[in-house]
Amino acid sequence: MSRVAAGDGPATTAGGVGTKTSSPLPRAFAVRADARVTAVADGRGGTAVPLVSGTGPLTPRLTRAAQDGASGEARVTLVGAMSAPLGGDQLTLDVRVEAGARLRMDTVAATLALPGRHGDAASYDIRLTVGEHAQLRWLPGPLISALRSHLHQTIHVDLAPTAHLELRDVSVLGRTGEEPGRLTTGLTVHRCGRPLLDQQLDTGPGAPGWDGGAVLGGHRAVGQLLVVDPDMSHEPAPQCLLGPDAVVTPLEGPGVLVTALGADALAVTPLLRWPPRPAD
Amino acid sequence: MTTAALLVLADGRFPAGTHAHSGGAEAAVRAGRIVDSATLADFCRGRLHTSGLVASGLAAAAAGGHNPRDLDEAADARTPSPALRRTSRKLGRQLMRAGRAVWPSAALDDLAQACPGGAHEPVVLGLLALSAGLSPLDAAHAAAYESVSVPTTAAVRLLGLDPFEASAVLARLAPSINKIAEGGTQAARSGIDALPAAAAPLLEITAEDHATWPVRLFAS
Repeated sequence: MSRVAAGDGPATTAGGVGTKTSSPLPRAFAVRADARVTAVADGRGGTAVPLVSGTGPLTPRLTRAAQDGASGEARVTLVGAMSAPLGGDQLTLDVRVEAGARLRMDTVAATLALPGRHGDAASYDIRLTVGEHAQLRWLPGPLISALRSHLHQTIHVDLAPTAHLELRDVSVLGRTGEEPGRLTTGLTVHRCGRPLLDQQLDTGPGAPGWDGGAVLGGHRAVGQLLVVDPDMSHEPAPQCLLGPDAVVTPLEGPGVLVTALGADALAVTPLLRWPPRPAD
Repeated sequence: MTTAALLVLADGRFPAGTHAHSGGAEAAVRAGRIVDSATLADFCRGRLHTSGLVASGLAAAAAGGHNPRDLDEAADARTPSPALRRTSRKLGRQLMRAGRAVWPSAALDDLAQACPGGAHEPVVLGLLALSAGLSPLDAAHAAAYESVSVPTTAAVRLLGLDPFEASAVLARLAPSINKIAEGGTQAARSGIDALPAAAAPLLEITAEDHATWPVRLFAS
């Protein structure tokens, strides 16, 4: 796990969550888990989070009430009470940020995809909906694809015309010195009901051509940062290279995508910043 | 039988300007990622299963009568790199020019008028296939084949690769090209949102770099 960047852990943990050092429980069975988070404007310039539900591998906890922060941003952190996703697991997460609310979502640690007993694939489907004048910052730790694991992760985002989004996604293919499992990731973003970004990436054993010179070329970590800001409609972001394996690309719409490849999460995560800065 | 029309459309000598492009091969050669026929084959396999699959789906959908403006928007969403969007539109404009002379149709005229700067190439290709009396699967085949023939032809020029070996790379990919074309066509039947969106991060990153080179053999 040493290759994994330390996640942006929460400043505090609420609700009696165990310390971060306790290991998730090992298990020999697949689970279905559904988690839901809804954030709303509290009418006083802050954000309330009236719905935080989910158990087992997907347990969201309110880690910062909006009145604690000057930004009016609430913070919800996903903690895993058991290791997941494991082969065969079906996980869904539905996050809604209603009009005028501001929410940051993150995880206490990296997400580790592990093989199940029967070689089944696991699925992790994330749906993010951001309303008018609302903001979501989706900043989870890296997703690590362990040897012989098989995971399909999809992220569907629906943005209102005035919604703001910051979304970070880092995949690490294999733990240190380990061959990766099979990982397919999808990111589909609609704004005002129209497609803004649609990307799928299929990597690991059995994915044709993934390691060749057109796709990853031997890199073992791929990171993306997507920023959608309605104000970019007036002043499009400039394109720029951040190095030989990282680039900032303005989308056809008020969004910009930073893409970085590297040996591990530590190499790519520092590049995923907006406005962009070269790695320190 | 429309096989001959497909051969005309997919022929590298069809005057649509693809000979001036390397499909990312020039940047990959400079970076040392393509050095011989084996690494060329790896590159082509990756390109076929990513941008080749996306192009196949878009071309099949256009040939199947989906709204070309919606497909053009879908192509934008699947192409984060502005350099690659510019290249695709430029090739689309050139293909449109040749296509309207070879297989004229009202549908091509309409799209040319709606997108004066050029629609995305696979969308034009699909519409052109329709004008030529070809099927969505034919259009997908042409798109899938082009996704590997362009870098292969370029690699021969860039590396002085043995043309026999280069053609053998394409021949070995033939079963995969068929599968990609079938996959793209099948997805196109399920509607625009179901079209493949397979990404190739290195093609996106290196396209932006390549576009800034002061001296280069290929336009992309």
